[in-house]
Amino acid sequence: MSDFLWLIPIFPAIGFLVNGLAGRRISKRAVSAVACGVVLVSFVLSCAAVVQLATMPSDGRYMENRVAPWVPAVEDGGGAPGLAIDWLFVLDPLSAVMILIVTGVGSLIHIYSVGYMWEEAGYWRYFAYLNLFMAMMLTLVLGGSLAVMFVGWEGVGLCSYLLIGFFYWKQDCADAGRKAFITNRIGDLAFVIGALTLFASFGTLEFRGILSAVVAGQGSVFLLTAVALCLFVGACGKSAQIPLYVWLPDAMAGPTPVSALIHAATMVTAGVYMVCRLAPLYMQAPLALTIIAIVGCATAIFAATIGLAQNDIKKVLAYSTVSQLGYMFLAAGVGAFGAAIFHLMTHAFFKALLFLGSGAVIHALHHEQDMMKMGGLRKLLPVTYAVFLCGWVAIAGVPLTAGFFSKDEILWRTFLFSPVMWGIAAFTALLTAFYMTRLMGLTFWGKSRMDHHTEAHVHEVPGVMKWPLMILAGLALVGGFLSIPAALGGSAMPFTLERWLEPVFEPGTYATAAGGHAAIGEHAAAAGDAASAAHEAAAATPHGSPHGEEHSLALEYGLMAFSSVLAIFVLWWGYGLYDRMPQKLAAWKARFASVHEVLANKYWVDELYDALVIQNFYRLCRAALAFDVRVVDGVVHMVRNVTVGTSYLSVFWDTWVVDGLVNLLAKVVRVASRGLRRFQTGVPQSYATVMVFGLFVLICVYMYLS
Amino acid sequence: MPIPVNHLLSFSLVLFIIGMIGVLTRRNAIIVLMGIELMLNAANVNFVAFSRMHGDLAGQIFAVFNIVIAAGEVAVGLAIIIALYRNKDTINVDEISIMKG
Amino acid sequence: MFEAWVFYILGTILLLSGVLVITARNPVHGVLFLVLAFFCVAGIYVILSAEFLAAVQILVYAGGILVLFLFVIMLVPLEPEGMRKPVRTARNVAWSLLSALLVAGVLMTFFRGAQPVGQGGTVDTLVAYGGNIEAVGMELYRRYLLPFEIASILLLVAMIGAVVLARRQV
Repeated sequence: MSDFLWLIPIFPAIGFLVNGLAGRRISKRAVSAVACGVVLVSFVLSCAAVVQLATMPSDGRYMENRVAPWVPAVEDGGGAPGLAIDWLFVLDPLSAVMILIVTGVGSLIHIYSVGYMWEEAGYWRYFAYLNLFMAMMLTLVLGGSLAVMFVGWEGVGLCSYLLIGFFYWKQDCADAGRKAFITNRIGDLAFVIGALTLFASFGTLEFRGILSAVVAGQGSVFLLTAVALCLFVGACGKSAQIPLYVWLPDAMAGPTPVSALIHAATMVTAGVYMVCRLAPLYMQAPLALTIIAIVGCATAIFAATIGLAQNDIKKVLAYSTVSQLGYMFLAAGVGAFGAAIFHLMTHAFFKALLFLGSGAVIHALHHEQDMMKMGGLRKLLPVTYAVFLCGWVAIAGVPLTAGFFSKDEILWRTFLFSPVMWGIAAFTALLTAFYMTRLMGLTFWGKSRMDHHTEAHVHEVPGVMKWPLMILAGLALVGGFLSIPAALGGSAMPFTLERWLEPVFEPGTYATAAGGHAAIGEHAAAAGDAASAAHEAAAATPHGSPHGEEHSLALEYGLMAFSSVLAIFVLWWGYGLYDRMPQKLAAWKARFASVHEVLANKYWVDELYDALVIQNFYRLCRAALAFDVRVVDGVVHMVRNVTVGTSYLSVFWDTWVVDGLVNLLAKVVRVASRGLRRFQTGVPQSYATVMVFGLFVLICVYMYLS
Repeated sequence: MPIPVNHLLSFSLVLFIIGMIGVLTRRNAIIVLMGIELMLNAANVNFVAFSRMHGDLAGQIFAVFNIVIAAGEVAVGLAIIIALYRNKDTINVDEISIMKG
Repeated sequence: MFEAWVFYILGTILLLSGVLVITARNPVHGVLFLVLAFFCVAGIYVILSAEFLAAVQILVYAGGILVLFLFVIMLVPLEPEGMRKPVRTARNVAWSLLSALLVAGVLMTFFRGAQPVGQGGTVDTLVAYGGNIEAVGMELYRRYLLPFEIASILLLVAMIGAVVLARRQV
């Protein structure tokens, strides 16, 4: 199987080519069949690969597929070989989780899209882009080196742009697409700087090579911290953390399944994946991890507060995504990489579910997205309501749902790191529950606030959209059982995600790799020592080791209970309001008008960016334009004027000097001839006179000479 | 008393000049020919003077030939004048300037 | 001495008549003065012991050439005209200067010392030949025979030429 890893991203790529080139001509059924088919094939292949991986011993779960060289190695004749990149695909427990999520949730969303996008123009184009996205995302998670990962990284950014701006004739969609791409790009710059610094330090871009070198102690803490922060800035751009999150809410202008897939389940998680992939490196740079934790925490609460005051259903979910991504980074920052990935997985389930559900609502209401104009949909859209309920309880963290297990793990590990941060994170969980309840209340409960025309046409989703919703609802409810924490008996379970992922974050894994590649004997021993030293160093840091160690169980239970109670209370209170939710919200809005104003305007961050950065950038552009018009064109005009002037000189020269010479010649001849002509009188006597004169001259000469 | 030869020469020179002035100055073609005759005669005097000085008869012989030539030249010249008069109806040399250019 | 005086007188008359020739308004007057000039030249030849030449001079010049002149004057009606009125132009000034120089040259030769033309060789030759005519004849028909013959041909050509030139062109 390891030789066929490359097939997993290839199938969606084939789907992209087929739909892209021929999609216009074939029927919609064919397009759907191709698109969904290739993703399902990828899913099956992923399952097969993961099954095979699982059969391998737990400390050796690693499959490598080196397809072909991309940048061939050049022997430098004495010096180090230059940059050599191979098309390297790697499957280890972390990428196994990722490909399953990507292909699984991805295929569900593909099927859902068939129903959602059926009436839209450019149906084939949508699926072509979606397949391309799948291919790129799979390349990202299967990539075995920073280079291959970056190909996927950029590719998903491109697809995000294409899909957000799918309705390109609409100005706001086009703008949003551009905003996403450019903001991503800013992060990508930092990513590239970090990656190339790693190459300069360690001579390779492959994960195994880099992590072996890091674990063996190469690279100063300063260097590693700097690289870690650079790469994290790249992750901020891709995963919408402060300060580069501004594109995600605007990206809601794209079709809803796109929001579900790209901006909830997969693309935005690429940043988290990247940090977790390089976990040993980050663990060598504790300062970077602390910064990541702070940024994640701040983003979580910041986005949650904005989400409280949004009226567009998709914007609420967008800010919720930003907030939950903050949670994931917070987890990574405190050293709980496994928890971060677990939350990534559960979030993919319930956020995709919520987005697809909102898509069903929007579809039913003919693209009405303002919650203030909804209400009372519980009876009109029963299936949608049911799945939404599942998503609602999952995201709030009601016990035994997927969200509960993952979020609680993060809260517990955060508490171990810093109680203050725990407090903020817990408060954010409260806010999360609150705004999701608000969403439920405004959309489904109470009396209808829809206008009558829309209400008349409300209809439940078609089957093709129903089944993915129900599958996701199921996963949102039970997905958490994949990683029961040790406190609740996880050790007894045959499978927990934490244990599955453990080797990936363990520095020792990479030390053995280093020992294997280096010379045997002393080197191996030294590598082993370094690895264990790294392990202990990691254990000694406040970030703790990647696998959670046993601390006070009572404290853990207590915190778990606390957050559960909080969540359930909010939900119960909100449900209790039921019909009166809109009035209650309006009253609060009136009471906290100024606060609401700030939140509704998203803290005016976009306006701040515009004033600080974008206007100055436009100023620079205008200055460049002015430069071009005045200086460059000025030079051109000057050259023109010089040429014209020179031509005048040339004309002058030609008229006066050249022609003058010719005319002078003629004039000389004329004047001379006029003078000389007078000798030709025709009268012989004058000729004779001249002859006499000449004779006289001769006589004088003769007399003089003799 | 023998005549100094330079006197003879100067006489012939003056006569020559007189003849030359007549040739160059007069408009009447016949007077021009007469001037030519004077010039020839002056040359003859010169010849004879030198013949007398050197005691050599060659000068006199040449003077004879000179007279012959003068005769021939006058004949032809006057014939030309007659022909010229027939064609141009004038013997004013100023008016005969076909070659003027 | 006698010869010298005659020569000077004859010379003066010669020069004067020459001047009068070229300044004559009427060509007939010019011809007459030309005759006088010829006779003076003949006289000078006699003084210089060239008697034959003097005779030839009178025969050819006075008898032949002048008659030709008179015939042509008769045939060609002439309006009497004199010398041109002198115009003070740069050219005329130049010519005057030139002439002045010539006169100076003349005077220089006149007052230059030279060997006198004596009775010397010529007389001895004459004595040997028994007179000027015999001497000229001997020279002409012996040493200068070829030029003599050529001269006769020249005269023939001149005659033919004159006839050709002067006949009426049809």
